[in-house]
Amino acid sequence: MYASGKYSSRGPALIPRMKTKHRIYYITLFSVVLLGLIATGMFQFWPHSIESAADWTLDKRSVHDAPLVHLPVSSPIPERGDLSCRMHTCFDVYRCGYNPKNKIKVYIYPLQKFVDELGVPISSTGLSREYNDLLSAISDSDFYTDDVTRACLFIPSTDVLNQNSLRIRETAQALAMLPRWDKGMNHLLFNMLPGGPPDYNTALDVPRDRALLAGGGFSTWTYRQGYDVSIPVYSPLSADVELPERQPGPRRYFILSSQTAIHREYRAELERLKEENGEALLLLDKCSNLSQGAASARKRCCKGQVYDYPHILQESSFCVVLRGARLGQAALSDVLQAGCVPVILADSYILPFSEVLDWKRASVVIPEEKLSEMYTILKNIPHRQVEEMQRQARWFWEAYFSSMKAIGLTTLQIINDRIYPYAARTYEQWNNPPVVKWSSVNSPLFLPLIPPRAPGFTAVVLTYDRVESLFRVITEISKVPSLAKLLVVWNNQNKSPPEGEKKFKCPECTAIDGLSLDQTHMVERSECINKFASVFGTMPLKVVEHRADPVLYKDDFPEKLKSFPNIGSL
Amino acid sequence: MQAKKRYLILLSAGACLLLLSYLGGVQLPAASRSRHDRSRTGYRPDQPWPHFSDPLHLFSPVGHTDTEEYNLHISPRQKRDGTASVYKGKRCRVDSCFDFAPCQRNGFKVYVYPQQKGEKISESYQNILSTIEGSRFYTSDPGQACLFILSLDTLDRDQLSPQYVHNLKTKVQSLPLWNDGRNHLIFNLYSGTWPDYTEDLGFDIGQAMLAKASISTENFRPNFDVSIPLFSKEHARTGGDRGFLKYNAIPPLRKYVLVFKGKRYLTGIGSDTRNALHHVHNAEDVVLLTTCKHGKDWQKHKDARCDKDNAEYDKYDYKEMLHNSTFCLVPRGRRLGSFRFLEALQAACVPVMLSNGWELPFSEIIDWNTAAVIGDERLLLQIPTTVRSIHHDKILSLRQQTQFLWEAYFSSVEKIVLTTLEIIQDRVLEHGSRSSLLWNSHPGGLFALQPLVTNSHLGGFEKLCIKPYPKFTAVIHAVSPLVSQSQPILKLLVAVAKSQYCAQIIVLWNCDKPLPAKHRWPATSVPVIVIEGENKVMSSRFLPYETIVTDAVLSLDEDTVLSTTEVDFAFTVWQSFPERIVGYPARSHFWDSNKERWGYTSKWTNDYSMVLTGAAIYHRYYHHLYTNYLPTSLKGMVDQLANCEDILMNFLVSAVTKLPPIKVTQKKQYKETMMGQSSRASRWADPDHFAQRQTCMNKFASWFGAMPLVHSQMRLDPILFKDQVSILRKKYRDIERL
Repeated sequence: MYASGKYSSRGPALIPRMKTKHRIYYITLFSVVLLGLIATGMFQFWPHSIESAADWTLDKRSVHDAPLVHLPVSSPIPERGDLSCRMHTCFDVYRCGYNPKNKIKVYIYPLQKFVDELGVPISSTGLSREYNDLLSAISDSDFYTDDVTRACLFIPSTDVLNQNSLRIRETAQALAMLPRWDKGMNHLLFNMLPGGPPDYNTALDVPRDRALLAGGGFSTWTYRQGYDVSIPVYSPLSADVELPERQPGPRRYFILSSQTAIHREYRAELERLKEENGEALLLLDKCSNLSQGAASARKRCCKGQVYDYPHILQESSFCVVLRGARLGQAALSDVLQAGCVPVILADSYILPFSEVLDWKRASVVIPEEKLSEMYTILKNIPHRQVEEMQRQARWFWEAYFSSMKAIGLTTLQIINDRIYPYAARTYEQWNNPPVVKWSSVNSPLFLPLIPPRAPGFTAVVLTYDRVESLFRVITEISKVPSLAKLLVVWNNQNKSPPEGEKKFKCPECTAIDGLSLDQTHMVERSECINKFASVFGTMPLKVVEHRADPVLYKDDFPEKLKSFPNIGSL
Repeated sequence: MQAKKRYLILLSAGACLLLLSYLGGVQLPAASRSRHDRSRTGYRPDQPWPHFSDPLHLFSPVGHTDTEEYNLHISPRQKRDGTASVYKGKRCRVDSCFDFAPCQRNGFKVYVYPQQKGEKISESYQNILSTIEGSRFYTSDPGQACLFILSLDTLDRDQLSPQYVHNLKTKVQSLPLWNDGRNHLIFNLYSGTWPDYTEDLGFDIGQAMLAKASISTENFRPNFDVSIPLFSKEHARTGGDRGFLKYNAIPPLRKYVLVFKGKRYLTGIGSDTRNALHHVHNAEDVVLLTTCKHGKDWQKHKDARCDKDNAEYDKYDYKEMLHNSTFCLVPRGRRLGSFRFLEALQAACVPVMLSNGWELPFSEIIDWNTAAVIGDERLLLQIPTTVRSIHHDKILSLRQQTQFLWEAYFSSVEKIVLTTLEIIQDRVLEHGSRSSLLWNSHPGGLFALQPLVTNSHLGGFEKLCIKPYPKFTAVIHAVSPLVSQSQPILKLLVAVAKSQYCAQIIVLWNCDKPLPAKHRWPATSVPVIVIEGENKVMSSRFLPYETIVTDAVLSLDEDTVLSTTEVDFAFTVWQSFPERIVGYPARSHFWDSNKERWGYTSKWTNDYSMVLTGAAIYHRYYHHLYTNYLPTSLKGMVDQLANCEDILMNFLVSAVTKLPPIKVTQKKQYKETMMGQSSRASRWADPDHFAQRQTCMNKFASWFGAMPLVHSQMRLDPILFKDQVSILRKKYRDIERL
């Protein structure tokens, strides 16, 4: 040990004395070690730059670096969706299993780029920002698992939100190639724009075996109730425009129509309504002088006057959401965001998340055929109800429409509720705005149970040390036939409670008997009340001017015939 | 030297390596940390979804090309007609197989075909038909009808059943109004037969809707069919038994956790789950029993388990188990639904459904997750763990909801049928339909009539009245002509008008004499509106007049004596109990065991169950319910006798609230005993009057199917009433002076 210390201090002096061959060897060795040290130090002090450099080579951050997969022409195509599929027939519940958290595990396939044999991609757009947001949100959520063997639900990374950008056959082949596809069992696809010209089918045309479809624009004929999930058509304006919540109440316009793609017959009908009812209606269309593009999406025009969209939606009580070529309309999202009550005219349309949301509280649904009666129908709705619907509409948007994350996680929660129905979110949780949740305490004890034939009552007597009055209370109350049990809470640490029936005098009692009259006591209690009210955020106590008496109280009537003759006699 | 050198080099290299590994070791956790921080990780297979940094395509929900295509496309009307012709049979929906026009023209009216001679009808179907005929929806004119009900018994379509009606196909086809079943509703409890029990009815139902028990989700046409519960022939026609839950036990656990007792089928379908039940049975708190002993030749088919199962089966009493279990298993039988379902519901034994693919009864309106546990047959072995994991609070709430649902929709054939009709009515008049909240909270959808209740979508009926309008409308029922200025009605009018809460006074002129001139009425600060009664009948006092703009109605007889203070006080009390009748004249009912009928009394007793509408405040919604909910038979009786309208109103309100009315203060108006004092020929002076009221009580009770009135021993007085304090400190001091 000593020797090594000595030599090390003299170390550098040793080198010139060595043979050249050895010297080169040692210098190289030392430089390597030194370089290693420096490199490690850099790792330590500039981890970020080093890591991103490493990412650039090892981990691909760009969609363009996703592995390329060639689809052979003969690659199998899944069957068209089976309309009779239900959770108990087409969904493998064993994969979800019993789970104390009652939460399903969701796996997302890694991104792959599918191309056909000629190298042409299956989708003209590839991964969209919105689908990327949706998948990111899911992977950040409690539902996510990266362990494919533990997953209950699988989400392909192939973006099928918009059918227009897809090559149907190839997309289907790509789905069938997924390693866990297994006839689409437990797979979930998200699609917002189904169908295409000229028929505009109401469900995604991509054959998909038994996969579940979260679709925007289902009709009652394509929606498999209890299996598919009806989702909104996301409006990109949700992310770009901030509309502050407005107090519910009457607005400048009664009815507003702001959609640009309305069938000319319906537009004619709306114009007729406008003629009959005048200023109450505002009919907007796209601005002819503006070029197509992002800017035009934010403007609407009427007779040369330009309005900001979606802000103008906040100026109306009701906003028309008419079907276009498709049943699902992104305008619904804008309308809800503006706190305008949507008037939905889209026959056979399955409203978004209708499995859990009570749309009767937030919208008016009118058959297309009755468009001409819209004004009369809406006029008949009481103001109070309109205000509640405005509030509800805005809340639906905030909770379920405002982002791809909200849409994605709501969809998963709905599927989760089906798999663990006994732990499902309740109607109130889904539908009541947070404000209402606070004000209505929904204890099961308060449910109306008639007749409440309780087996008597338990008396709980709180006592400090006024033993005499305690005994008086006990004697009186024990005469009551419906008394089941008597419980005395001895709230005094300095004294042990009296035993048995032994009676003893308590000299200081008389002094304390005047306790409730004590001024400081009253002041304290007032302070309590103020403190409690501030914690509750409101004063929950209510004042009444009545009190309960027996039916024959103070009546001129023989006392012995009265059920409760002693009331008021003490 | 050489060794020393080597030693030195080894040492320094070792030191460097140590340093390296130390630094690297610090590095490692940092790396693993950053793996969770996804914003910094790139794309790697089997990794959480990366956040791609490159500009991605934006999703655009509106393509202008779509618009143009759409505009060129056929007109929407043509398209609608197109769908209507395509979606038939199993794909029927209201959009394609239902004609809305007659319903919009005449309202929701239901026609029942006249019964044909020689056609035998089962008791259950007879009950269904008579319920419809007695309901407010009924019309005898097919031209007015929106919905048609066959008089041919379609309840039992099991060919082996004695109730099976033969040649139904030809019989139905020959009906002149059949119209391929359009706007027809067909009731069915049993379909198919041994061994496969299909859901086929054995005749072509065309475009008719089905109200069917045990319907599967595959065959159920959403928003078109109605799933109804399977009920036995003994099921009460009206009223029905109450739920068995009498009080809440806390903690809510009962002797057994989960029970079942039923048949196991040795041949044919439906027994897969039942065959496996013995795996879960533990003979302690999970008691699941099956028997093979049913049918003629069970011995022939019996399997290895039969004897053991049968022996265990005989050890337990079904009723005892039903009443003492927290959960009751409801596995599928031959068909998806079984009698166990309603039995468990009534017994407040939370049903645990094990019948995959069963569209649960009234699933369109009832949120079954609030009253039942919906299990999966594939996960039978997990069921005990699942039910044991349910929290006590949740059990309490599930249990009470079973009672609410039982009493609201299932306890009688009438309720089942009316619920079915109301569901269809909601579809037909969609923009006014009831929200799920109204259906799933007390008092339920059958009492939540349009349009008043839709005033508030927030909350059930109770919440409807959270903030009632702070004024009332007085409705004075005038039957005698105005002859002198000292008549009680004029005094009453002045007294009521002085109330600070009075918005307006309506005088309902139900007198044969013409209306008095306007100046004959005293001048008041509130508007007095005189309405000439419709046909001058009794029921007109409870019509939902549009002129009543306030939530509260103060109903008054013309000879009522009431002070302003009394009116004020009654109204402040009513604001705390807006769903009840609050007023002065209290009466009581009792069971007369000698005559075996209900009796009516006006004697001073320690309790009461009615507050007469001669001086009472209640929500105007009850005018609406009285007029639209009650059948013409009862209202007709009231009009004919010109009596009992106040009793009927009390029956109605108590049936809704399941609570007694509220009597305020000492004041009593005992008109039944005032006969001699009144010189006028008041209706109270009629000696038959009292007897009639006894008859009414019994007639009403039989229509409601049970006695809805509830006794109360409580009277509400002003605080400080008759207390030993100065009268000057009392707000309602006039009440004491009276």
